[in-house]
Amino acid sequence: MNWVLFRRKLVDRIAFVGAAAATLFGLVFLFWILWTTFANGVAALNLKLITEMTPPPGADGGLLNALYGSAVMVVLAIVIGTPIGLCAGTYLAEHGRNTRLAAAVRFVNDILLSAPSIVLGLFIYELIVVPMKHFSGIAGGLALALILVPVVVRTSDEALRLVPDRMREAAFALGLPGWKVSLQVLFNAAMSGIVTGVLLGVARISGETAPLLFTALNNQFWSADINAPLANLPVVIFQYAMSPYDTWHSLAWAGALVLTAFVLALNLIVRLFARRRSSK
Amino acid sequence: MTPNAKSPTPPDTRRGDNDPGPDAAPDHASSAFSSARPHGGLAERAFRLITAGAAWLVLIILLAVAYSMASGGWLAFKTFGLGFITSTDWDVVNGQFGALVAIYGTLTTSVIALIIAVPVSIGIALFLTEIAPVWSRQPIAIAIELLAAVPSIIYGMWGLFVFAPFLATNVEPWINDHLGTLPVIGPLFSGPPIGIGTLTAGIVLGIMVIPFIASVARDVFNAVPAALRESAVALGATRWERLRYVTLPYTRSAIVGAIFLGLGRALGETMAVTFVLGNAHDLSASLLMPSNSIAAAIANEFTEADTELYRSSLIALAFLLFLVTFIVLSLAKLMLARVERNLGRTN
Repeated sequence: MNWVLFRRKLVDRIAFVGAAAATLFGLVFLFWILWTTFANGVAALNLKLITEMTPPPGADGGLLNALYGSAVMVVLAIVIGTPIGLCAGTYLAEHGRNTRLAAAVRFVNDILLSAPSIVLGLFIYELIVVPMKHFSGIAGGLALALILVPVVVRTSDEALRLVPDRMREAAFALGLPGWKVSLQVLFNAAMSGIVTGVLLGVARISGETAPLLFTALNNQFWSADINAPLANLPVVIFQYAMSPYDTWHSLAWAGALVLTAFVLALNLIVRLFARRRSSK
Repeated sequence: MTPNAKSPTPPDTRRGDNDPGPDAAPDHASSAFSSARPHGGLAERAFRLITAGAAWLVLIILLAVAYSMASGGWLAFKTFGLGFITSTDWDVVNGQFGALVAIYGTLTTSVIALIIAVPVSIGIALFLTEIAPVWSRQPIAIAIELLAAVPSIIYGMWGLFVFAPFLATNVEPWINDHLGTLPVIGPLFSGPPIGIGTLTAGIVLGIMVIPFIASVARDVFNAVPAALRESAVALGATRWERLRYVTLPYTRSAIVGAIFLGLGRALGETMAVTFVLGNAHDLSASLLMPSNSIAAAIANEFTEADTELYRSSLIALAFLLFLVTFIVLSLAKLMLARVERNLGRTN
């Protein structure tokens, strides 16, 4: 038996097993976390969840106001964040291209994409909450928009740059002005990439908790006023999970299940959809 | 890619003298379109102004965040000076605030996270590019990426209610008995097996950053030129030798970039750490003891900060966090950009 060959094969085998074990490690934790959320959440799932308000300690209740508040703030973030992100992405892909300004914007945008969300929340606190002197749903929505913008900038820039230049040439040759080329031709061609980016951004901001802690704060009661503190799912989950009360714990798990199911479903749908589009 | 990129420029839309600015000076053939666009119309000018304004807004946001953290934390920096960073005091009642415990906790948890995440991520990337059957690669890759999609508050709940008790009963007593008695490194591993603490937070963070490092590593492994791989195979290299002597050296700077990206994430991660770290303002050598991190301290205490100085100290913490993550993420971006250029040249 050739000793060198044996040793090389042994090392290769160890690397093989190590790589497989590493993958298994990752998958085990994914399923462990999902199973925990599912098992604890299903037990607390009932109709009251969407018909009743968040309860005081010890009492029964649901998450209606929190679900509503979260939905309002996410919609607010989409309405504010998507146009800004799309405009900046259009600039990068169409006007800026390889200029220094575009390079700087892409660089800064990537930093913002990974920046700690709690710092961005504090920024909105300083910018909006302090001058207005109270927490509000508007501040919460703006904080989420701030997290959404870099996601949309990046994905729309990439989607637009994938549009072949021949399409631009054809549109210009027909005599269309630049803005019509962008709005009517390029956005159409890049639509699936842009929508994918926005939806992934929505999945991300739906679960964000830290930036809402001191912008939207929370609200024990029903409130549709976005100029006042607004209940929202992540902060309710945080407060209820950290509390010593069992009824609050089970509500927190139910909320966690709803949130996780929503976020993961959005992710899976987008990924499968995007893959089918690209393989066509 | 754009062999005739200049062709759509009609003679009457040459760039005028009144159109200066960075986008008027294309430094690359593919920039031709920016100057090709007719710019006479009002709508066209408005469109340009709006999109360029949005791009500038991205730059302004970053500067504004930095400025607002610096000005918000100014009172704390002015009151405590350099002592803010070197002091371990966090005495709310007497108005003494020092950041060292939170800084230490942030760094130790992030280092533990990287110790776990780096080898696992590279293993996953190796598995996905060389070992796994082709049909299984996409589903496994998606599953690993879903780890990044799970909201961090879910990691926190799972960590607090399931993982920390699991560690406390099954793992930490063993660590106490076997590692805690060792010379030199013993103090790191001795302490009450309560489950909540630096080690637990580090492990949870490690799991959270695995998908970020693994997906970059997988992409760059896949981008290694086929010729290099094939020549290694032709020389009879095993899978491990291909990884060790071809793939890793070729992708080194991207892997370092990915690790910095993971570090940036770990440093700023808030909710999961808030749940499992224990929010204790004590400096302890033991990894089993509760500790604190910058992000967790802000999340736990900001709404309770009732004095100007208290609030300013927390914002000063945020400024330090922002500064450090900015540096780390910039390095990550530079390393990754360098590889993109290299790959662009060789492919």
